[in-house]
Amino acid sequence: MNYSCKILAIGGSAGSLEVLLKVLPHLKEEISFSIIIVLHRKNSSDSALSDLFSTRTKIPVYEVEDKQSIVPGNIYIAPADYHLLIEKNISFSLDFSEKVNYSRPSIDVTFESAADVFNTDLICLLLSGANMDGSNGLKVAKENGAVTLVQDPETADSKIMPSIAIKNNEIDHILTPDQIVTFINSINV
Amino acid sequence: MISDNDIDLILNDLHEIYGYDFNYYSRASLKRRINRLYSLDKFLSINEFRSKIISDKNYIKRFIEEITVNVTEMFRDSSFYKELRTRILPVLGTHPFIRIWHAGCSTGEEVYSMAILLQEAGLLHKSLLYATDINPGVLEKAQSGIFPLSHMKQYSENYIASGGLQDFSSYYTANYDGVKFKPELQKKMIFSTHNLVSDSSFNEFHLIICRNVLIYFDKELQERVFNLFDESLANLSYLALGSKETLKFSGIQHKYKQVDREKIWRKIK
Ligand SMILES: C[S@@+](CC[C@H](N)C(=O)[O-])C[C@H]1O[C@@H](n2cnc3c(N)ncnc32)[C@H](O)[C@@H]1O
Repeated sequence: MNYSCKILAIGGSAGSLEVLLKVLPHLKEEISFSIIIVLHRKNSSDSALSDLFSTRTKIPVYEVEDKQSIVPGNIYIAPADYHLLIEKNISFSLDFSEKVNYSRPSIDVTFESAADVFNTDLICLLLSGANMDGSNGLKVAKENGAVTLVQDPETADSKIMPSIAIKNNEIDHILTPDQIVTFINSINV
Repeated sequence: MISDNDIDLILNDLHEIYGYDFNYYSRASLKRRINRLYSLDKFLSINEFRSKIISDKNYIKRFIEEITVNVTEMFRDSSFYKELRTRILPVLGTHPFIRIWHAGCSTGEEVYSMAILLQEAGLLHKSLLYATDINPGVLEKAQSGIFPLSHMKQYSENYIASGGLQDFSSYYTANYDGVKFKPELQKKMIFSTHNLVSDSSFNEFHLIICRNVLIYFDKELQERVFNLFDESLANLSYLALGSKETLKFSGIQHKYKQVDREKIWRKIK
Protein backbone atom coordinates (compact mmCIF):
# COMPACT_ATOMS: atom_id res chain seq x y z
CA MET A 1 0.00 0.00 0.00
CA ASN A 2 1.43 3.37 -0.98
CA TYR A 3 0.89 6.64 0.82
CA SER A 4 0.89 10.22 -0.35
CA CYS A 5 1.91 13.33 1.54
CA LYS A 6 3.33 16.83 1.24
CA ILE A 7 5.40 16.57 4.39
CA LEU A 8 7.28 13.74 6.03
CA ALA A 9 8.12 14.89 9.56
CA ILE A 10 10.78 12.86 11.39
CA GLY A 11 11.58 13.15 15.09
CA GLY A 12 14.39 11.46 16.96
CA SER A 13 16.51 11.57 20.08
CA ALA A 14 19.30 9.35 21.43
CA GLY A 15 20.27 6.74 18.83
CA SER A 16 18.30 8.31 15.98
CA LEU A 17 21.22 9.99 14.21
CA GLU A 18 22.71 6.59 13.34
CA VAL A 19 19.38 5.48 11.87
CA LEU A 20 19.11 8.58 9.70
CA LEU A 21 22.69 8.25 8.49
CA LYS A 22 21.86 4.69 7.47
CA VAL A 23 18.54 5.56 5.81
CA LEU A 24 19.46 8.74 3.92
CA PRO A 25 21.89 7.24 1.35
CA HIS A 26 19.17 4.85 0.16
CA LEU A 27 16.52 7.47 -0.51
CA LYS A 28 15.67 8.54 -4.04
CA GLU A 29 17.39 11.77 -4.97
CA GLU A 30 14.23 13.44 -6.20
CA ILE A 31 11.33 13.55 -3.82
CA SER A 32 7.99 15.22 -4.49
CA PHE A 33 7.45 16.10 -0.83
CA SER A 34 9.58 17.77 1.87
CA ILE A 35 11.24 16.11 4.81
CA ILE A 36 11.39 17.98 8.13
CA ILE A 37 13.77 16.57 10.72
CA VAL A 38 13.67 17.44 14.42
CA LEU A 39 16.50 15.93 16.44
CA HIS A 40 17.38 16.48 20.06
CA ARG A 41 20.98 17.56 20.33
CA LYS A 42 23.31 19.58 22.47
CA ASN A 43 23.43 23.22 21.38
CA SER A 44 26.61 22.37 19.59
CA SER A 45 27.83 23.92 16.38
CA ASP A 46 24.79 24.70 14.29
CA SER A 47 25.58 23.75 10.75
CA ALA A 48 27.36 20.52 11.71
CA LEU A 49 24.23 18.39 11.40
CA SER A 50 23.12 19.66 7.98
CA ASP A 51 26.70 19.31 6.71
CA LEU A 52 26.78 15.75 7.98
CA PHE A 53 23.48 14.86 6.28
CA SER A 54 24.65 16.47 3.05
CA THR A 55 27.43 13.94 2.85
CA ARG A 56 24.84 11.11 2.84
CA THR A 57 22.25 12.32 0.33
CA LYS A 58 21.90 14.36 -2.85
CA ILE A 59 18.60 15.79 -1.62
CA PRO A 60 19.32 19.44 -0.68
CA VAL A 61 19.58 19.85 3.12
CA TYR A 62 18.81 23.15 4.84
CA GLU A 63 19.13 24.23 8.43
CA VAL A 64 15.88 26.22 8.79
CA GLU A 65 15.99 30.01 8.91
CA ASP A 66 13.11 31.99 10.35
CA LYS A 67 10.23 32.53 7.84
CA GLN A 68 11.85 30.27 5.23
CA SER A 69 9.33 28.85 2.72
CA ILE A 70 8.85 25.10 2.56
CA VAL A 71 9.54 23.88 -0.97
CA PRO A 72 9.00 20.26 -2.09
CA GLY A 73 12.14 18.24 -2.78
CA ASN A 74 14.17 19.43 0.20
CA ILE A 75 15.20 18.29 3.64
CA TYR A 76 14.81 20.85 6.43
CA ILE A 77 16.48 20.52 9.81
CA ALA A 78 15.32 22.24 12.99
CA PRO A 79 18.12 24.48 14.31
CA ALA A 80 19.47 23.74 17.78
CA ASP A 81 17.74 25.45 20.69
CA TYR A 82 14.62 26.72 18.85
CA HIS A 83 11.20 25.10 18.46
CA LEU A 84 10.23 24.70 14.82
CA LEU A 85 6.68 25.69 13.86
CA ILE A 86 4.84 25.72 10.55
CA GLU A 87 2.66 28.53 9.27
CA LYS A 88 -0.51 28.21 7.17
CA ASN A 89 1.31 29.90 4.27
CA ILE A 90 3.70 26.92 4.20
CA SER A 91 6.71 28.58 5.79
CA PHE A 92 8.61 28.03 9.02
CA SER A 93 8.62 30.09 12.21
CA LEU A 94 11.16 29.63 14.96
CA ASP A 95 10.19 29.92 18.59
CA PHE A 96 12.40 30.27 21.66
CA SER A 97 9.75 29.41 24.25
CA GLU A 98 10.07 27.05 27.22
CA LYS A 99 11.40 23.56 26.64
CA VAL A 100 8.78 20.87 26.10
CA ASN A 101 9.63 17.38 27.43
CA TYR A 102 12.97 18.91 28.50
CA SER A 103 13.65 19.52 24.82
CA ARG A 104 14.07 22.42 22.45
CA PRO A 105 13.46 21.74 19.63
CA SER A 106 10.62 19.51 20.76
CA ILE A 107 9.24 16.86 18.43
CA ASP A 108 5.73 17.26 19.88
CA VAL A 109 5.74 20.96 19.02
CA THR A 110 6.66 20.38 15.37
CA PHE A 111 4.39 17.37 14.85
CA GLU A 112 1.41 19.23 16.36
CA SER A 113 2.08 22.33 14.31
CA ALA A 114 2.51 20.30 11.10
CA ALA A 115 -0.72 18.43 11.84
CA ASP A 116 -2.61 21.70 12.16
CA VAL A 117 -1.43 22.84 8.73
CA PHE A 118 -1.15 19.64 6.67
CA ASN A 119 -3.79 17.32 8.20
CA THR A 120 -4.03 14.27 5.90
CA ASP A 121 -1.07 15.46 3.79
CA LEU A 122 1.31 14.58 6.60
CA ILE A 123 3.28 11.50 7.58
CA CYS A 124 5.04 11.49 10.97
CA LEU A 125 7.89 9.15 11.84
CA LEU A 126 9.29 8.79 15.35
CA LEU A 127 12.72 7.19 15.85
CA SER A 128 14.89 5.97 18.70
CA GLY A 129 15.16 8.00 21.92
CA ALA A 130 15.27 7.98 25.70
CA ASN A 131 12.55 10.54 26.26
CA MET A 132 8.76 11.01 26.11
CA ASP A 133 8.83 13.54 23.30
CA GLY A 134 6.89 12.85 20.09
CA SER A 135 4.15 10.69 21.56
CA ASN A 136 1.63 13.47 21.96
CA GLY A 137 2.57 14.89 18.58
CA LEU A 138 1.73 11.54 16.98
CA LYS A 139 -1.62 11.55 18.76
CA VAL A 140 -2.54 15.00 17.45
CA ALA A 141 -1.28 14.11 13.97
CA LYS A 142 -3.43 10.98 13.94
CA GLU A 143 -6.49 12.94 15.08
CA ASN A 144 -5.94 15.30 12.15
CA GLY A 145 -5.77 12.43 9.69
CA ALA A 146 -2.01 12.00 9.30
CA VAL A 147 -0.25 8.66 8.91
CA THR A 148 1.91 7.69 11.90
CA LEU A 149 5.07 5.59 11.86
CA VAL A 150 7.39 4.50 14.66
CA GLN A 151 10.74 2.79 14.50
CA ASP A 152 10.52 -0.79 15.77
CA PRO A 153 11.81 -0.49 19.37
CA GLU A 154 13.66 -3.79 18.93
CA THR A 155 15.88 -2.07 16.36
CA ALA A 156 16.31 1.14 18.39
CA ASP A 157 19.37 2.07 20.41
CA SER A 158 17.07 3.66 22.98
CA LYS A 159 13.72 1.94 23.09
CA ILE A 160 11.92 4.30 25.48
CA MET A 161 10.65 6.92 23.05
CA PRO A 162 9.28 4.55 20.40
CA SER A 163 7.87 2.23 23.08
CA ILE A 164 5.99 5.02 24.85
CA ALA A 165 4.61 6.25 21.53
CA ILE A 166 3.37 2.76 20.67
CA LYS A 167 1.87 2.26 24.12
CA ASN A 168 0.00 5.58 24.08
CA ASN A 169 -1.16 5.67 20.48
CA GLU A 170 -2.56 3.61 17.72
CA ILE A 171 0.34 3.59 15.26
CA ASP A 172 -0.20 2.86 11.57
CA HIS A 173 3.13 1.12 10.98
CA ILE A 174 6.02 -0.02 13.13
CA LEU A 175 9.09 -0.26 10.90
CA THR A 176 12.70 -1.44 10.96
CA PRO A 177 15.31 0.89 9.39
CA ASP A 178 15.19 -1.15 6.15
CA GLN A 179 11.43 -0.92 6.04
CA ILE A 180 11.68 2.83 6.67
CA VAL A 181 13.73 3.16 3.48
CA THR A 182 11.21 1.15 1.46
CA PHE A 183 8.32 3.10 2.92
CA ILE A 184 9.79 6.54 2.18
CA ASN A 185 10.75 5.55 -1.36
CA SER A 186 7.16 4.52 -2.05
CA ILE A 187 5.58 7.82 -0.94
CA ASN A 188 3.67 9.57 -3.75
CA VAL A 189 4.45 6.89 -6.35
CA MET B 1 -7.98 23.29 20.37
CA ILE B 2 -9.05 26.88 19.69
CA SER B 3 -9.97 27.35 16.03
CA ASP B 4 -8.31 29.87 13.74
CA ASN B 5 -11.61 31.71 13.63
CA ASP B 6 -11.73 32.10 17.40
CA ILE B 7 -8.13 33.29 17.41
CA ASP B 8 -9.14 36.00 14.94
CA LEU B 9 -12.01 37.06 17.21
CA ILE B 10 -9.75 37.21 20.28
CA LEU B 11 -7.14 39.25 18.41
CA ASN B 12 -9.82 41.66 17.27
CA ASP B 13 -11.08 42.14 20.81
CA LEU B 14 -7.57 42.83 22.05
CA HIS B 15 -6.95 45.36 19.35
CA GLU B 16 -10.27 47.18 19.62
CA ILE B 17 -10.57 47.28 23.39
CA TYR B 18 -6.96 47.50 24.56
CA GLY B 19 -5.01 48.67 21.51
CA TYR B 20 -2.70 45.63 21.45
CA ASP B 21 -2.36 44.52 17.83
CA PHE B 22 -1.20 40.92 17.55
CA ASN B 23 -2.55 40.47 14.02
CA TYR B 24 0.91 40.52 12.48
CA TYR B 25 2.50 38.07 14.87
CA SER B 26 3.50 34.72 13.43
CA ARG B 27 0.31 32.77 13.81
CA ALA B 28 1.65 29.30 14.58
CA SER B 29 3.45 30.44 17.72
CA LEU B 30 0.63 32.74 18.82
CA LYS B 31 -1.96 29.99 18.43
CA ARG B 32 0.17 27.66 20.51
CA ARG B 33 0.57 30.25 23.26
CA ILE B 34 -3.15 31.10 23.34
CA ASN B 35 -4.08 27.40 23.52
CA ARG B 36 -1.55 26.93 26.29
CA LEU B 37 -3.03 29.78 28.32
CA TYR B 38 -6.57 28.50 27.72
CA SER B 39 -5.75 25.14 29.27
CA LEU B 40 -3.44 26.60 31.94
CA ASP B 41 -6.26 28.81 33.23
CA LYS B 42 -8.80 25.99 32.89
CA PHE B 43 -11.43 27.80 30.86
CA LEU B 44 -14.47 25.68 30.06
CA SER B 45 -15.45 27.34 26.80
CA ILE B 46 -14.18 29.83 24.28
CA ASN B 47 -17.01 32.15 25.26
CA GLU B 48 -15.88 32.17 28.87
CA PHE B 49 -12.31 32.88 27.70
CA ARG B 50 -13.45 35.70 25.42
CA SER B 51 -15.64 37.39 27.98
CA LYS B 52 -12.83 37.27 30.53
CA ILE B 53 -10.59 39.01 28.00
CA ILE B 54 -13.24 41.57 27.12
CA SER B 55 -14.31 42.46 30.64
CA ASP B 56 -11.35 41.89 32.97
CA LYS B 57 -8.64 44.48 32.62
CA ASN B 58 -6.41 42.68 35.12
CA TYR B 59 -6.56 39.52 33.10
CA ILE B 60 -5.06 41.36 30.11
CA LYS B 61 -1.85 41.86 32.03
CA ARG B 62 -1.63 38.11 32.55
CA PHE B 63 -2.63 37.48 28.94
CA ILE B 64 0.19 39.64 27.58
CA GLU B 65 2.67 38.10 30.01
CA GLU B 66 1.76 34.57 28.98
CA ILE B 67 1.28 35.10 25.25
CA THR B 68 4.67 36.72 24.75
CA VAL B 69 7.69 34.47 25.13
CA ASN B 70 10.06 35.82 27.78
CA VAL B 71 12.76 33.16 27.87
CA THR B 72 16.21 34.74 27.95
CA GLU B 73 19.71 34.23 29.32
CA MET B 74 22.85 36.17 30.23
CA PHE B 75 25.57 36.02 27.59
CA ARG B 76 23.40 33.75 25.46
CA ASP B 77 25.36 32.86 22.29
CA SER B 78 28.80 33.62 23.69
CA SER B 79 30.29 34.17 20.21
CA PHE B 80 27.86 37.07 19.74
CA TYR B 81 29.11 38.77 22.91
CA LYS B 82 32.68 38.07 21.89
CA GLU B 83 32.12 39.97 18.65
CA LEU B 84 30.54 42.85 20.59
CA ARG B 85 33.64 42.91 22.82
CA THR B 86 36.24 42.72 20.10
CA ARG B 87 34.66 44.43 17.08
CA ILE B 88 31.91 46.79 18.21
CA LEU B 89 32.82 48.26 21.60
CA PRO B 90 36.24 49.52 20.46
CA VAL B 91 34.46 51.57 17.78
CA LEU B 92 31.69 52.79 20.09
CA GLY B 93 34.38 53.81 22.58
CA THR B 94 35.55 56.56 20.23
CA HIS B 95 32.24 58.44 20.77
CA PRO B 96 31.91 60.98 23.59
CA PHE B 97 28.81 59.07 24.75
CA ILE B 98 27.10 55.84 23.77
CA ARG B 99 23.35 55.23 23.47
CA ILE B 100 22.19 51.63 23.25
CA TRP B 101 18.61 50.35 22.80
CA HIS B 102 17.64 46.85 23.91
CA ALA B 103 14.28 46.34 22.16
CA GLY B 104 12.34 43.41 23.62
CA CYS B 105 14.71 43.07 26.57
CA SER B 106 12.44 40.71 28.53
CA THR B 107 13.66 40.26 32.14
CA GLY B 108 16.89 42.12 31.40
CA GLU B 109 19.58 39.41 31.36
CA GLU B 110 20.82 40.77 28.04
CA VAL B 111 21.03 44.33 29.40
CA TYR B 112 23.07 43.32 32.46
CA SER B 113 25.37 41.33 30.18
CA MET B 114 25.88 44.44 28.08
CA ALA B 115 26.56 46.58 31.16
CA ILE B 116 29.25 44.11 32.23
CA LEU B 117 30.88 44.30 28.79
CA LEU B 118 30.80 48.10 28.90
CA GLN B 119 32.25 48.23 32.38
CA GLU B 120 35.09 45.89 31.44
CA ALA B 121 35.82 48.07 28.41
CA GLY B 122 35.83 51.17 30.65
CA LEU B 123 32.86 52.65 28.77
CA LEU B 124 29.94 52.24 31.15
CA HIS B 125 30.31 55.72 32.65
CA LYS B 126 29.57 57.35 29.28
CA SER B 127 26.86 54.94 28.17
CA LEU B 128 23.07 54.89 28.44
CA LEU B 129 21.18 51.63 28.07
CA TYR B 130 17.52 52.01 27.08
CA ALA B 131 15.75 48.74 27.81
CA THR B 132 12.21 48.36 26.50
CA ASP B 133 9.57 45.68 26.22
CA ILE B 134 5.83 45.43 25.55
CA ASN B 135 5.33 43.57 28.83
CA PRO B 136 5.49 45.69 32.02
CA GLY B 137 5.80 42.54 34.16
CA VAL B 138 9.20 41.58 32.75
CA LEU B 139 10.48 45.15 33.06
CA GLU B 140 9.75 45.12 36.80
CA LYS B 141 11.90 42.02 37.14
CA ALA B 142 14.63 43.56 35.00
CA GLN B 143 14.64 46.65 37.17
CA SER B 144 15.00 44.61 40.36
CA GLY B 145 18.33 43.21 39.13
CA ILE B 146 17.55 39.96 40.94
CA PHE B 147 18.01 36.66 39.11
CA PRO B 148 17.78 33.00 40.17
CA LEU B 149 20.90 31.63 41.81
CA SER B 150 20.42 28.33 39.98
CA HIS B 151 21.20 30.01 36.65
CA MET B 152 24.55 31.47 37.67
CA LYS B 153 26.65 28.43 36.85
CA GLN B 154 25.43 28.47 33.25
CA TYR B 155 25.77 32.26 33.00
CA SER B 156 29.27 32.14 34.39
CA GLU B 157 30.23 29.58 31.73
CA ASN B 158 28.63 31.71 29.02
CA TYR B 159 30.49 34.75 30.35
CA ILE B 160 33.85 32.99 30.24
CA ALA B 161 33.13 31.65 26.74
CA SER B 162 32.41 35.22 25.62
CA GLY B 163 35.93 36.24 26.63
CA GLY B 164 35.19 37.41 30.19
CA LEU B 165 38.26 37.38 32.44
CA GLN B 166 36.84 38.37 35.82
CA ASP B 167 35.34 36.18 38.47
CA PHE B 168 31.68 36.30 37.37
CA SER B 169 30.45 36.11 40.96
CA SER B 170 32.12 39.45 41.67
CA TYR B 171 29.25 41.12 39.77
CA TYR B 172 26.53 40.07 42.20
CA THR B 173 25.79 39.31 45.82
CA ALA B 174 24.10 35.99 46.48
CA ASN B 175 21.14 35.55 48.82
CA TYR B 176 19.03 32.49 49.59
CA ASP B 177 17.96 31.57 46.09
CA GLY B 178 18.44 34.81 44.22
CA VAL B 179 21.42 36.98 43.36
CA LYS B 180 21.36 40.74 43.11
CA PHE B 181 23.57 42.37 40.54
CA LYS B 182 25.71 45.30 41.65
CA PRO B 183 23.81 48.62 41.62
CA GLU B 184 26.64 50.29 39.68
CA LEU B 185 25.75 48.13 36.66
CA GLN B 186 22.18 49.38 36.84
CA LYS B 187 22.94 53.08 37.17
CA LYS B 188 22.99 53.63 33.40
CA MET B 189 19.87 51.61 32.56
CA ILE B 190 16.53 53.17 31.70
CA PHE B 191 13.55 50.82 31.64
CA SER B 192 10.34 51.64 29.82
CA THR B 193 7.46 49.94 28.04
CA HIS B 194 7.58 50.33 24.29
CA ASN B 195 5.49 48.43 21.77
CA LEU B 196 7.37 47.78 18.54
CA VAL B 197 4.05 47.37 16.72
CA SER B 198 2.57 50.74 17.55
CA ASP B 199 5.12 53.05 19.20
CA SER B 200 7.50 55.20 17.23
CA SER B 201 11.17 55.99 17.33
CA PHE B 202 12.18 57.87 20.50
CA ASN B 203 15.88 58.62 20.10
CA GLU B 204 18.92 58.06 17.93
CA PHE B 205 21.19 55.18 18.92
CA HIS B 206 24.69 53.92 18.29
CA LEU B 207 23.64 50.31 18.77
CA ILE B 208 20.22 48.65 18.70
CA ILE B 209 19.98 45.10 20.03
CA CYS B 210 16.79 43.25 19.20
CA ARG B 211 17.27 39.53 19.59
CA ASN B 212 14.68 36.78 19.32
CA VAL B 213 11.80 39.21 19.09
CA LEU B 214 11.38 39.39 15.30
CA ILE B 215 10.91 35.61 15.02
CA TYR B 216 7.48 36.19 16.61
CA PHE B 217 6.46 38.64 13.87
CA ASP B 218 5.35 37.94 10.31
CA LYS B 219 7.37 39.30 7.39
CA GLU B 220 5.26 42.42 7.02
CA LEU B 221 5.66 43.44 10.65
CA GLN B 222 9.36 42.55 10.57
CA GLU B 223 9.72 45.01 7.72
CA ARG B 224 7.94 47.76 9.65
CA VAL B 225 10.18 47.20 12.66
CA PHE B 226 13.30 47.26 10.48
CA ASN B 227 12.21 50.67 9.24
CA LEU B 228 11.64 51.84 12.79
CA PHE B 229 15.18 50.74 13.68
CA ASP B 230 16.58 52.38 10.56
CA GLU B 231 15.00 55.69 11.62
CA SER B 232 16.54 55.29 15.05
CA LEU B 233 20.10 54.59 13.92
CA ALA B 234 22.68 57.23 13.13
CA ASN B 235 25.02 56.63 10.22
CA LEU B 236 27.82 54.13 11.02
CA SER B 237 25.92 52.75 14.00
CA TYR B 238 25.02 49.10 14.57
CA LEU B 239 22.01 46.77 14.54
CA ALA B 240 22.23 43.37 16.26
CA LEU B 241 19.69 40.56 15.79
CA GLY B 242 19.19 37.04 17.14
CA SER B 243 21.23 34.16 15.77
CA LYS B 244 18.40 32.95 13.47
CA GLU B 245 17.22 36.38 12.33
CA THR B 246 18.51 38.27 9.33
CA LEU B 247 18.42 41.60 7.57
CA LYS B 248 19.15 39.83 4.29
CA PHE B 249 15.65 39.91 2.81
CA SER B 250 14.56 43.31 4.07
CA GLY B 251 14.14 46.57 2.15
CA ILE B 252 16.80 48.33 4.23
CA GLN B 253 19.53 45.74 3.71
CA HIS B 254 21.32 47.74 1.00
CA LYS B 255 22.13 50.39 3.62
CA TYR B 256 23.76 47.88 5.94
CA LYS B 257 26.86 45.73 5.93
CA GLN B 258 27.33 42.66 8.10
CA VAL B 259 30.36 43.19 10.36
CA ASP B 260 31.63 39.64 10.59
CA ARG B 261 30.11 36.23 11.30
CA GLU B 262 27.58 37.25 13.94
CA LYS B 263 24.19 38.84 13.21
CA ILE B 264 25.51 42.38 13.61
CA TRP B 265 25.17 44.93 10.82
CA ARG B 266 26.64 48.40 10.42
CA LYS B 267 24.67 51.21 8.79
CA ILE B 268 26.79 52.49 5.92
CA LYS B 269 24.38 54.84 4.11
C1 LIG C 1 12.29 35.65 23.69
S1 LIG C 1 12.29 37.24 24.42
C2 LIG C 1 13.87 37.85 23.92
C3 LIG C 1 14.72 38.27 25.07
C4 LIG C 1 16.16 38.64 24.72
N1 LIG C 1 16.22 39.71 23.75
C5 LIG C 1 16.94 37.42 24.24
O1 LIG C 1 17.18 37.26 23.06
O2 LIG C 1 17.28 36.59 25.09
C6 LIG C 1 11.12 38.18 23.45
C7 LIG C 1 10.65 39.47 24.10
O3 LIG C 1 10.00 40.29 23.11
C8 LIG C 1 8.95 40.98 23.75
N2 LIG C 1 7.99 41.48 22.75
C9 LIG C 1 7.05 40.77 22.08
N3 LIG C 1 6.30 41.58 21.30
C10 LIG C 1 6.78 42.84 21.48
C11 LIG C 1 6.42 44.12 20.97
N4 LIG C 1 5.41 44.26 20.11
N5 LIG C 1 7.12 45.19 21.36
C12 LIG C 1 8.15 45.07 22.24
N6 LIG C 1 8.53 43.89 22.77
C13 LIG C 1 7.85 42.78 22.41
C14 LIG C 1 8.39 39.97 24.70
O4 LIG C 1 7.63 40.58 25.73
C15 LIG C 1 9.65 39.26 25.21
O5 LIG C 1 10.10 39.83 26.39
